[in-house]
Amino acid sequence: MSEPRDGGLKVIRRGLSMSPSITEGLGLTMLLALVSTAGGAIVPLVVRRAIDDGLAGGGGVDTDAIIRSVSIAAVVILAIMVTGWWSKVRIFTSTERGLAELRISAFRHVHDLSTLTQNTQRRGALVSRVTSDVDQISQFLQFAGMMMITSVGQMLVALVVMAALSWQLTLVVLVAFVPLALALRFFASAMSRAYDRVRASIADMLAVIAEPVVGAAVVRSYGVEERTQERIDQAVRTNYRNNVRAQTITAGTFGSAIIVGGIANAAVLGIGLWLGMLDQLTMGTVVAFIFLVGLFTGPAQQATQVIADAQNAIASWRRVIELLETPADVVDPGSSGTRLPDGDLDARFVQVEFSYPGGPPVLRDIEVSIPARQRVAVVGETGSGKTTFAKLLTRLMDPTRGQVLLSGVDISQVGFADLRRHVLMVPQEGFLFDATLGENLRYGRFEADDEELVQAIAALGLADWYAGLPRGLDTPVGQRGESLSAGERQLVALVRSALADPDLLVLDEATSAVDPQTELRATRALDRLLAGRTSVTIAHRLSTAENADRVLVFDGGRLVEDGTHAELVALGGVYARLHASWVAQASLDG
Amino acid sequence: MSADAPLDSLGSDDTRRLTRRGFGVMGVGIRREPWMFALAVVLSLLFGVMTVADAWVLGWATDHVITPSFADGEVARGGLYTGIILFIVAALLRMIGVIGRRLAGGVVFYRLVRDDRLRVTRQYLQLPLRWHHRHPAGQLLSNANADVEATWSVFMPLPMALGVIAMLLAAIGTMAAADPVLTLIGLVVFPLLFVVNAVYQRWQGPRLALAQSLRGDVSAVAHESFDGALVVKSLGREGDETARFARVSERLRDANVAVGRVRAVFDPVIEALPNLGVLLVIGVGAQRIASGAAAPGDVVQVAFLFTVVAMPVRSFGWVLGELPRAVIGWHRVRRVLDDDDHMPYGERALPGSGAVRLDVTGLDYAHPDEPDTTVLRDVEFSVPAGRVVAVVGSTGSGKSTLTSLVTRLVDADAGAVRYDGVRVQELSQAALTSTAALVAQSTFLFDDTVRANIVLDREIPEDRIWSVLRDVQADRFVADLPQGLDTQLGERGTSLSGGQRQRIALARALAREPRLLVMDDATSALDPDVEQRILRALAERSESGSGPSVLVVAYRKATIGLADEVIFLANGKIADRGTHAELRDRSRAYRNIVDAYDQAREEVDHE
Repeated sequence: MSEPRDGGLKVIRRGLSMSPSITEGLGLTMLLALVSTAGGAIVPLVVRRAIDDGLAGGGGVDTDAIIRSVSIAAVVILAIMVTGWWSKVRIFTSTERGLAELRISAFRHVHDLSTLTQNTQRRGALVSRVTSDVDQISQFLQFAGMMMITSVGQMLVALVVMAALSWQLTLVVLVAFVPLALALRFFASAMSRAYDRVRASIADMLAVIAEPVVGAAVVRSYGVEERTQERIDQAVRTNYRNNVRAQTITAGTFGSAIIVGGIANAAVLGIGLWLGMLDQLTMGTVVAFIFLVGLFTGPAQQATQVIADAQNAIASWRRVIELLETPADVVDPGSSGTRLPDGDLDARFVQVEFSYPGGPPVLRDIEVSIPARQRVAVVGETGSGKTTFAKLLTRLMDPTRGQVLLSGVDISQVGFADLRRHVLMVPQEGFLFDATLGENLRYGRFEADDEELVQAIAALGLADWYAGLPRGLDTPVGQRGESLSAGERQLVALVRSALADPDLLVLDEATSAVDPQTELRATRALDRLLAGRTSVTIAHRLSTAENADRVLVFDGGRLVEDGTHAELVALGGVYARLHASWVAQASLDG
Repeated sequence: MSADAPLDSLGSDDTRRLTRRGFGVMGVGIRREPWMFALAVVLSLLFGVMTVADAWVLGWATDHVITPSFADGEVARGGLYTGIILFIVAALLRMIGVIGRRLAGGVVFYRLVRDDRLRVTRQYLQLPLRWHHRHPAGQLLSNANADVEATWSVFMPLPMALGVIAMLLAAIGTMAAADPVLTLIGLVVFPLLFVVNAVYQRWQGPRLALAQSLRGDVSAVAHESFDGALVVKSLGREGDETARFARVSERLRDANVAVGRVRAVFDPVIEALPNLGVLLVIGVGAQRIASGAAAPGDVVQVAFLFTVVAMPVRSFGWVLGELPRAVIGWHRVRRVLDDDDHMPYGERALPGSGAVRLDVTGLDYAHPDEPDTTVLRDVEFSVPAGRVVAVVGSTGSGKSTLTSLVTRLVDADAGAVRYDGVRVQELSQAALTSTAALVAQSTFLFDDTVRANIVLDREIPEDRIWSVLRDVQADRFVADLPQGLDTQLGERGTSLSGGQRQRIALARALAREPRLLVMDDATSALDPDVEQRILRALAERSESGSGPSVLVVAYRKATIGLADEVIFLANGKIADRGTHAELRDRSRAYRNIVDAYDQAREEVDHE
């Protein structure tokens, strides 16, 4: 975040160009808003006319003239009610429409970014891009932003009216307000720093408040309630102090605008009278000026708040723009993409290398060809690159160098809709949506009816487990599926993949939390169900490798061994070693 | 969220009852911060009265300075100085009033929020785990954050609104002193302002509530969709997810536009009303002056009053607008604070040192929400001091539940858990947590340093930490972290892999030198040989008498092989028990689980 940032205006311009709905008809909206603001100056003008028409004169009151100007003013006020209403309806409608579009396109863009799956800890931040950041922009455009425009408009109108009435008194008012304007810059930057601290302390506070909730079991079983409470107390109190400090600055700004207004009034009275005696201006003008000073103090009071809101909103907008301008690294060629042939699918890696941005290669020189219908097991220690291999094979990531081909077609040229119909990866984390079991299974095949779902469960040998669920398909799985155990979640994901019926299935330790018997029963059933499909299975339980047609062994980011189980055991290399330790465990007691 | 549904649909709620409950919430806050609140109100009264005084000064100056000066063609000096001083003094007092009110009012609000946050989180730490299991984490986090703020945000505009009452009374008073007829205009326009504001809030209330709850929906969909990104992506559901998100976003958009439409109608009306009042005052005032009933200063003063009073009157609308949020927020916060579910600890300490004996007798357990489905029934076994016992069973057989029962995270419906013959319910919390350590299936790490995550609230010397890290094969990767033991973990720190996290969690348990170690499939993300090295070292120490008693949930035969006894769980009951060899000999179901891989290998060999 240390690189130079775009200025506020540039961010706003860029943001508006991304949401054209906001600027559609913006000219008319602004015009209407300015007309409404200008109308506010009518009252001091009427006051002046009325006073000069004899309200306070010695020579009798011209009632008719006063009634006439009052009536005209009343009509003007009614008219600006209409323009005010119209401008507000327009601004609310256009900004909400534009921001809904922005929200949705940002959401879609997040799904197209590989950081979402690579860096799970950034997810919270990505959620705020499409929620609080957009809310912040909307808040700004509809309130502070509008207020900024109308305030500036109001001050300009007041200034023009003042200048027309008396340039000398205008100068007096300006002299009173210029120091305030200068002070506001200082207040605004102090406020911006104060709010930065408030925001940082909120983030800290939310993190520690989550501990007794998300980590309830650990806190309880280790008896660290006191330590946790101390951390929370500290964060909550820091947040409190920062809030009060920010509040102090706001209150100070508010107050200083009032005292400046008072000084301006006093100056207008003194200098106005003196000028009046010189016949430079009328008595009505002096009184009208005091009304006009009021049009200055309001905006000055709001200014710091508006500036703070503007800074927040610009920061939010900048973040959303940066998100949208981050190129989608795994791009969907869409309908222009090549279609995969139906039926058997083979895969080929051509000189593939992968590294995370700025990092060393985690996978290199991968040259391998997987014929259709082959069942391949991928083996290696943690960090050997086997999961990266799986992600490249299913295009959850793109290689840094080289090509992945499916039945001869470059995988990056295949439309996502088509690709996902043919290729499926089942990840280790058995994530489920907060819905019923049935709805989650249907994620694999939307059109499946209940009977098909139950059949799929039974087909994987899970009928016993299913019978133990009191509410069957209607069983709610909870947030992230956490009402089920880790193993049960993986079973659901497995059934879901069977329903999806892919041509190439990639299992990435998809059964790591399931007991061996159930695991074998389910994966074998899956093999049967998907008989004749190509499958790639990553597992640290080497039973998978023993059963596979072919074993690929990864070590330190390279494909080091390739052959059948028997061949590799005979080879006496990495695989033989891994397998020996596996057998040693499995056969510890004979 | 769903639990709150009845209260979210406030549209059907009787508005009067809602207002009464809202005042009740305000009463609670005032009783908690009486002095600071009183200070805020007094300063707000000062502001209100001085605002009226400002208009009075203008009227006074018109009559006593401006008019005579223009009439005589000479500045009325004495009056002018008085006028100038009055203007500045009134502004000064107004400034003091507004700064003080905002500060004191802010302090009241932030204190109420701070104190309730502390109350709610203390309650989270005190409520038993079974309570936590019944409440989704998202809901609890929002109780401690958004709901607490929603409850008290009414205190932001409240002092101002109370000051406005004084201001209006003073305004009416000065008007009455100026001219009775013009006062009548005030008596019409001011109440009208109130009414318009109240009607506005009543119209807007349900719309704002709807928008607020839709904002929650938008956030929930985004959270879930990004959390499940890998599943969404691998199933190619990005388009469907975007459509799902678009549906809630568009509902939110429509709700916000509906809020905006109401605002668009009322804002101009509320702005125009005082201006129309000024015009009325001038029109009527002209005739009053013509008939000699009023002085010009009176008219100017009353007109000015209308312009200064209009803004503050809006604060009543803000108070009314905050009431529904306050009532809902308070209801949610109270539901946490008033929950008296508790799991009292005993007072006994557990004498001695070294491994303890664990006895489990007649344990029954059913999920509180599903009392008909037994999770565990009549479970009975022992772990003699210094021994290793493994629990084996198929997925969903109740193993994890058993680990929470033996460490007393949850109490059983029937039966007993004893350490060295003492029921766990009799033990003090300190005795309990210093005796047993649980390493759970899913790893939780604090947003803190590696060191803090291991030592927690203990004082553990550096060399001891490193020796534990060596035991769990974590010393090398920890040493390679940018700041070693002091590396910050979590959202704004370094992220560790699943296997690394599990090893830190293991180190945390071992560093406390527990007398009973319970591991619930706690090594699932480790490579088999790493796991083997760790477990073997552990078993050796138990054997030599320096280690804890161990209860381990496991699938891997090598792990099970380290155990002195194996408990075989099936459908919540102990189906069999004995050494691994014994069970293999006599239980076909047991063989099917633990020998699954061997059976598979044999089949391969015979193919």
